[in-house]
Amino acid sequence: MLAFIIRRIVQSALVMLVVALVAFALFRYVGDPISSMVGQETSLADREALRTTLGLNDPFIVQFGRFIGNAIQGDFGISYRLQQPVMELILQRLPATLELALVSGLAAFIFGVSAGVYTALNRRGFLSTGIMAVSLIGVSLPTFLIGILLIWLFAVELQWLPSFGRGDTVALPGGWTTGFLTSSGRQSLILPAITLGLFQMTLIMRLVRAEMLEVLRTDYIKFARARGLSNRTVHFGHALKNTLVPVITITGLQLGAIIAFAIITETVFQWPGVGALFINSVRAVDVPVMAAYLVLIALIFVIINLIVDLLYYVVDPRLRVERGAARH
Amino acid sequence: MSDTKTPSRLFRLWDSDIAYSFRQSPLAIISGVVALVIILAAAFAPLIAPTNPYDPSSLNLMDGFTPPMQENAFTGSTFLLGADNQGRDVLSTILYGARISLFVGFSAVIFAMVLGITAGLIAGYRGGWVDAVLMRIADVQLSFPSILIALLIFGVARGFIPPSQRETMAIWVLIVAIGLSDWVQFARVVRGATMVEKGKEYVQAARVIGVNPIRILLRHILPNVMGPVLVIGTIGLALAIIAEATLSFLGVGVPPTQPSLGTLIRIGQQYLFSGEWWILLFPAVTLLALALAVNLLGDWLRDALNPRLR
Amino acid sequence: MTEPLLSVRDLVVEFPTRRGMLRALDGVSFDIAPGEVLGMVGESGAGKSITGAAIIGLIEPPGRIVRGEIRLAGERIDNLPPEAMRRIRGKRIGMVFQDPLTSLNPLYTVARQLIETIRVHLDMSEAEARAHAIGLLDRVGIPAAARRIDDYPHHFSGGMRQRVVIALALAAEPELVIADEPTTALDVSVQSQIIDVLKEICAERGAAVMLITHDMGVIAETADRVAVLYAGRMAEIGPVRDVILNASHPYTSGLMASIPTLVQDTDRLVQIPGSMPRLNAIPSGCAFNPRCNQAFERCRIEQPPLIDVAPRHAAACWLAEEETKNDG
Repeated sequence: MLAFIIRRIVQSALVMLVVALVAFALFRYVGDPISSMVGQETSLADREALRTTLGLNDPFIVQFGRFIGNAIQGDFGISYRLQQPVMELILQRLPATLELALVSGLAAFIFGVSAGVYTALNRRGFLSTGIMAVSLIGVSLPTFLIGILLIWLFAVELQWLPSFGRGDTVALPGGWTTGFLTSSGRQSLILPAITLGLFQMTLIMRLVRAEMLEVLRTDYIKFARARGLSNRTVHFGHALKNTLVPVITITGLQLGAIIAFAIITETVFQWPGVGALFINSVRAVDVPVMAAYLVLIALIFVIINLIVDLLYYVVDPRLRVERGAARH
Repeated sequence: MSDTKTPSRLFRLWDSDIAYSFRQSPLAIISGVVALVIILAAAFAPLIAPTNPYDPSSLNLMDGFTPPMQENAFTGSTFLLGADNQGRDVLSTILYGARISLFVGFSAVIFAMVLGITAGLIAGYRGGWVDAVLMRIADVQLSFPSILIALLIFGVARGFIPPSQRETMAIWVLIVAIGLSDWVQFARVVRGATMVEKGKEYVQAARVIGVNPIRILLRHILPNVMGPVLVIGTIGLALAIIAEATLSFLGVGVPPTQPSLGTLIRIGQQYLFSGEWWILLFPAVTLLALALAVNLLGDWLRDALNPRLR
Repeated sequence: MTEPLLSVRDLVVEFPTRRGMLRALDGVSFDIAPGEVLGMVGESGAGKSITGAAIIGLIEPPGRIVRGEIRLAGERIDNLPPEAMRRIRGKRIGMVFQDPLTSLNPLYTVARQLIETIRVHLDMSEAEARAHAIGLLDRVGIPAAARRIDDYPHHFSGGMRQRVVIALALAAEPELVIADEPTTALDVSVQSQIIDVLKEICAERGAAVMLITHDMGVIAETADRVAVLYAGRMAEIGPVRDVILNASHPYTSGLMASIPTLVQDTDRLVQIPGSMPRLNAIPSGCAFNPRCNQAFERCRIEQPPLIDVAPRHAAACWLAEEETKNDG
């Protein structure tokens, strides 16, 4: 068990190191950091002096080490575009993204699992056929089109919900701002959350359905029925738990995907989150922000992956003996 | 094991199962027709389109915002699907836009296919650390959503390209970014098939008589993995079209001078509140129809090639 | 003669497929007396498992019973509402499946699966059920049952798992146990142990057994009577000794001939030529006629009924009719 965790952590650290290298290369070699800091009239000698003071003439490995050291302390430099410390910019916008991701992730999981179980148990039902047909369209529908469709329906035609922004927010201690506490904040959250969660929901639903159908065909389910256990026990006691083992992995990864897809949703709804910040930085080639976002998103993915692995371990007793070997 | 077996098997596959399954599936036929119509219309856009929307001489700003099938009060022109903010014929912009979307989509999938097949072949044949490294990269990449990968690659590449060439290079960068985000599936299938074939005697024999085993493998493995590769490729095409549209919608894809369907939707979205719905609706419906049709075709192809999965 | 525990009359089971109806069982009739062991043999696809599934009411949809009846202690059970049938499963009819490796839910301990089953059928507290479960495991020969009960299925070997499966099937003391190839998936060295445990424990509780197998050796050692199925039809049924020594259906003779240990005359050790017809291509007349070296005109036209060849011994063969005529 411990060896397994250590191996996982080492792997994660390796991934982070590679990502950091890419981020550093981006940071260091895209454009000239000096020209973005000083004016046109600075002399070449002054520039060279500044280079030395900034350590830009140091060997690659030293610079990379310094980059990592700074990154660990949360220092990613100053945004070219907004002239503010990158970390400050990200921290300001992180609550908006995380709240959005949390709500849509939870909704996607709850509705996805319920719909998946329902369609698996009532395979030929009218409602199941309908859900499956809609889900097929759902998978093919680009996220941004879903967002536009929702805006058109609920903001333009029905005028029930706001079409952009986060509404009023309340500042909490620790620099966190939340939209949960105001009614305009909650209303503003609905459309982006649906947009962001819909694709993940259809994905989870189709996965749960497929897994559940697979599990329902297994011998232990037949044997459970042959022992006279009620449908309820067989479906929700035995089948569901076995279904959820593989689903956990994918769902965990979907959480990461949600944060990534937030880029699109935030753009459609002008949601003041990290994704919108990133896309604006890509457009403006604002390298420090891009580098920081790259590292941040990799970190989130690595952490989620680690948690998913451990969760897998907790749920499936077989792995406790075979030490994760069964995954491959 | 003989070479003569391969073409006949492919022929049989095409002749019986696939064709039969296609005839039996109305959804596949409709999807096929829709995809084909859009692809042909896009390919022959210069011949079909009423106007060339990117020829400044054919534009009249006075035509701007003409609703579909209505005569413009000032110029007297009518447009089947209306005109956009700059007075361009929406039908023509869609045809030219689909052309760009499909070009990027097909190029990206072909790029991903070549890359994935090569990587899979090398990983499967060489094994050892080459395999370990390649598959590790694949694993890591697979845990990230491909749209994010494409976006990051696009962003990084943009960073490295000098600003003066960003416009002209954008479409190629986009193709590479989407292709790089999508090679893993191909690599996995080919790697699996290679590992199976590698152990077989004819490969060993080829090695003994000094024939390059990679060439032999290619000839034997490719026919075996044609089915899965085709399925992944078809679904990959739908994903690539959506990815391109998404990036262009976000304003980081193709440059505004070569608007794709995603760019058109981005422009149309600005008129969502002011009531010029046609500027948004028609490109959106085209994109949706294209993506859905290709996706359904891929779905059908997967079922048809592997009935067990039904 | 006492009333049979189980009585199956003219059972017909069909599966609709794209290429028309498949008749998996075609007019099968037999009885099982209380405490009796009935062996059921036949090739795979002959309908042995379907018969078991029909009795316990778990035919996989879209398959269904289209004709005939099944009575348990005189009461019809083939048309019971699902809930009533569920209460019979496990409580009055137990079932043991082929593969112990897949018959147990991998995510739950043996204790949980046993206690759950016991408490569905018997009015016991958690603690009583646990004690009962330990007793059962002990009885089926699990060493240190009180400790091992809290293990997960993957902690047990195949043979041990099949013992657990038997304990589960017998948890509520059913009157009839259907054992569907209980040893096929096991190592040869433990096969006879499992059969012995099953036979002993059923004998001591007075439970009847329907033992489905394709191993005539097991039948010869274990069963009181044997029923031979071919292409969904009953070919021959009778006391084991009679059937082995005086096989009256050429198919049965062929089966016997393929068991080396039972045949003195080594010249007769031959495989039956050909293979069982697919269920959608059963020839007219006797289903066995294309493979039968004694077939004559009538066999190709008219389907033979079960004809008594001796007391309690019947065969569906026109030759049997000839013989009885000659005898009489």
